Amino acid sequence: MPMRESSNISSKREIKAPVVREYLDQRGENLHKILKESISDFPGAEISISIDMVTVKIDSVRLAEVCEFLKYTEKFRFDYLSCITVVDYEKDQERFEMIYHLISIRLRHKMAIKVSLPSNDPTVPSVLSVWKSADWFEREAHDLFGIKFEGRENLPPLLLYEGFEGYPGRKSYPFHDYGEW
Amino acid sequence: MEVDENANIHIPKYDGFPPTEKPLGDGYKAGKGNNPADSVFNRVLPNALTAKSDQLFALARKSSLWTLSFGLACCAIEMISAHASHHDLDRFGVVTWPSPRQADVMIVAGTVVKKMADPIKLLYEQMPDPKWVIAMGSCATNGGPYYKSYSVVMGVDHLIPVDVYVPGCPPRPEALIYGVMQLQEKIKNDANQPFEKESLNANEGEQ
Amino acid sequence: MQVHQQVSEYSDAIDLMVNMGPQHPSTHGVFRLVIWVDGERIVKVEPHIGYLHRGSEKICESEQYSQIVTLFDRLDYVGNLNNELAFCLAVEKLTETVVPERAEYIRVILCELNRIASHMLFYGVYGLDAGATTPMLYGFRERERIQELFESVTGARMMHNYIRIGGVKEDVPDDFDENVLVLLEHLKKGIDECDRLLSQNEMFLARTKGVGIITGEDALDYGVTGPALRASGVIEDVRVTDPYSIYSRFDFGIPVGSNGDCWDRYYVRVEEMRESIKIVEQAISDIPNGDISAKVRRIIRPPVGEVFVRTESPRGDLGVFLVSDGSDKPYRVKVRPPSFANLQALEYMLKDTYIADAVLVLGSIDIIMGEVDR
Repeated sequence: MPMRESSNISSKREIKAPVVREYLDQRGENLHKILKESISDFPGAEISISIDMVTVKIDSVRLAEVCEFLKYTEKFRFDYLSCITVVDYEKDQERFEMIYHLISIRLRHKMAIKVSLPSNDPTVPSVLSVWKSADWFEREAHDLFGIKFEGRENLPPLLLYEGFEGYPGRKSYPFHDYGEW
Repeated sequence: MEVDENANIHIPKYDGFPPTEKPLGDGYKAGKGNNPADSVFNRVLPNALTAKSDQLFALARKSSLWTLSFGLACCAIEMISAHASHHDLDRFGVVTWPSPRQADVMIVAGTVVKKMADPIKLLYEQMPDPKWVIAMGSCATNGGPYYKSYSVVMGVDHLIPVDVYVPGCPPRPEALIYGVMQLQEKIKNDANQPFEKESLNANEGEQ
Repeated sequence: MQVHQQVSEYSDAIDLMVNMGPQHPSTHGVFRLVIWVDGERIVKVEPHIGYLHRGSEKICESEQYSQIVTLFDRLDYVGNLNNELAFCLAVEKLTETVVPERAEYIRVILCELNRIASHMLFYGVYGLDAGATTPMLYGFRERERIQELFESVTGARMMHNYIRIGGVKEDVPDDFDENVLVLLEHLKKGIDECDRLLSQNEMFLARTKGVGIITGEDALDYGVTGPALRASGVIEDVRVTDPYSIYSRFDFGIPVGSNGDCWDRYYVRVEEMRESIKIVEQAISDIPNGDISAKVRRIIRPPVGEVFVRTESPRGDLGVFLVSDGSDKPYRVKVRPPSFANLQALEYMLKDTYIADAVLVLGSIDIIMGEVDR
C-alpha cells in the first residue's frame, strides 16, 4: 500500500502532542543551582530545562562575553564546544535559533546556550576566540543558513560549491523534484 | 585452450610430417568461400595458432584491467573489500592504480556530488583510450537514496559514459566481481568493432 | 645560450603549492588538502571539504522517523550500527521508550563488534599509508569474519538497518552465542597477530613516533574527541563519563596515550579493540531472554521538544540533536560528527612537519568523509 503524504493525515486530526518531561540528574541539578546564582550578572538571561539539558537563553549581543565567562570560571569550566546548531522556525522575529552545546570534561556537566536571530540580516558574534572548534561549525552555519558572524572574515564556502545560490538549510529552500539534473 | 565457435581462430590440423604437397594458391580459387589460404605456418610451424589481432588485444585488455582507485563513499569500502583478502580481485588481473594516466577502468563507487562533478570529468579525460567505466552502487547509477537532495548528481552517466552498472546499496563484493566479469565479456564482444570514443558533447551522441 | 641561474643559499624561500586533490590514494575519501611547502617543510595547509555533501540533514526533515535510520547508516559508513544507535537513543529519550534488556544487550554486542571492525579497517588502511601492504590483508581478513556474523544476524554486510526505535528489528539466530564465542577466539588471535606485525616495526616507529603532536589542552580546544583525544592524555570516553544504554554495567578500561603523536593515536585504537572484546565477552555471558523490541507505533509521533544525545562512535563523540514538532517527521535533525571536529585540528598538527608526514597524520586521525560532509 503506498504511503500517503503524511501532511494530509496530520491536518485531519489534531496533534495532541504532549510536552516533554524534564528530569535532570545529580550533576544537572548542581549546575542548575550554580547557574541561577551567577547568571543574574547577565541581564536578559532565562534558564530552562529541556529533558536533561540545562538551557540558557541570552541576547545575541552578549554571546561572546557569556561564553568566555563560562569557559574560564572555575565552577563551570566549559572547555569543550560540542556543536553549533541552527534551527529555522519560520517566524518573522526570532526566526533562527542558534544552539551551542557546551560540555565540561573536567567537571562532567553539560548545558546549552540559545540565541535567537531575526529574519533579516541575522548576525551573531563569533566565538572563535573562545573555542577554536567553532571555526568550521560557523562556516557551515553560514553556508547552509546564511548566518553572518562578526569578528571573523567570511571564508569561502565549506560544504557547498562556490557559486551556490540560496541557503539550502532554510525551510524555504525546496526539495529536489525527482527529475534530471 | 578454449575453442570459441564464434571466433575466427584457425587451428591447423596436423597432417603429419612432411606436409602434403599442395600448390600455393588453392584457397584463392573462386568458390572456395571464406576459407583462409593454406598459411605458411601450416608447412613450416604446424603448431602455431592464429587469430584476429582484435581478439588478441581484447584478450590482453580484459585480463589485466587496472582500475583507477576512485572510491567516493560507502561503496568504496566494499570495493576495497573486493580487492582485499577474502574476495580477491587480483586473480582476475585487476589491480588498483592511483594514477589516471595508467588506468583502464574507472569504478565510480559512491555518491557523485555536484562539487565533485568537475574532478570526475577531468579524471575521465585524463585516462587514455581504451577506457571503460563501471558505475557501482545505486548512487552512481541514478542518485540512490539521495534523490531528494539538492546537491547530488542523479547518476554518474550525466557526466561520463558508463559501460556496466552494478546495482546495490552497497553491492556485495561478489556483485562487483560479476560486474567486472560482465565488462570482460563486453570487451571480448566488442573486439570485432574498432574502439569508438563516445562523444562527451551533449549535442552529439544518443539521448 | 641560456645559463641557468644558481639559486643562492640566502634567497627567499620559494613556496610551492602541492594539491592533494579529491582523488588521491591516501586521502580516505574525497578530501582535498592544499599544501604550501618550502622545500620539504610544510608552511601552510588549507583543507577543502564538501565533495560528499549529500544534504542528509535536510532529507531527514521529509522522512518519517523509521526511515531516517537508513540515512544515518550511510553517514559514518564504517561504524554503521553506532550511528543507528545514536539516532534511536535520541528518539527513545524523547518518547521515553524503555528498551527491553535483551535488545540492549544485542545492541551493545553488535556495536562493539562494529567498533572492532572499524578499527581493523583503520589498521589496514593506516599500514597502507605507511607503505606496508601486508597489514591491509590481515586487517580485512578479520573484518570479513565480523561481517559474516553481521550478515547472519542482520542480513547485510554493511548497511544493516537493524537497530530500530524501541529495540532491534528481529531476534538473533539460534547459534548466535556459539558464533560470537568462536569469533572472539579468532579475533583475539587476529589482533595479536596484527599487533605483532606492525606496532613495533622499526620503520613504522620511525615514521610515526614524534610526528603530528597535539597536546591535550589544544585538542580539547579544537573539539577533538575519541581515540585522538585519548592519545593526548585526556581521559574522556562517553561510555564511561556519560554512560548511555547499559554500558555502566560492563567493566572495561580506557586506553590513554601520553605523547599525542601518530603512534599513540594508532596504538590507542589497537588497545581499544582488546577492550571491546572484553565488553562482548561480558555481554554474551549475561544476555537474558525476552522481548527484542518495545511496543512502538509504526508511525512514531514524539512529543514536542528537543533532545541532544552523545554516544561514543569509533571516531569520537557522535552527537545527535533532534527537534520535534509533534508530527511524524522531525523538524530538525543535526548530527555532530566526530571527524568534522577532528579534521579541524589537522592544520595545527601539520605545523613544522615534512610533507611526507602529511599522509600519516591525516591517516592517524581516522576520518570518514561521509560524516564530515554529511
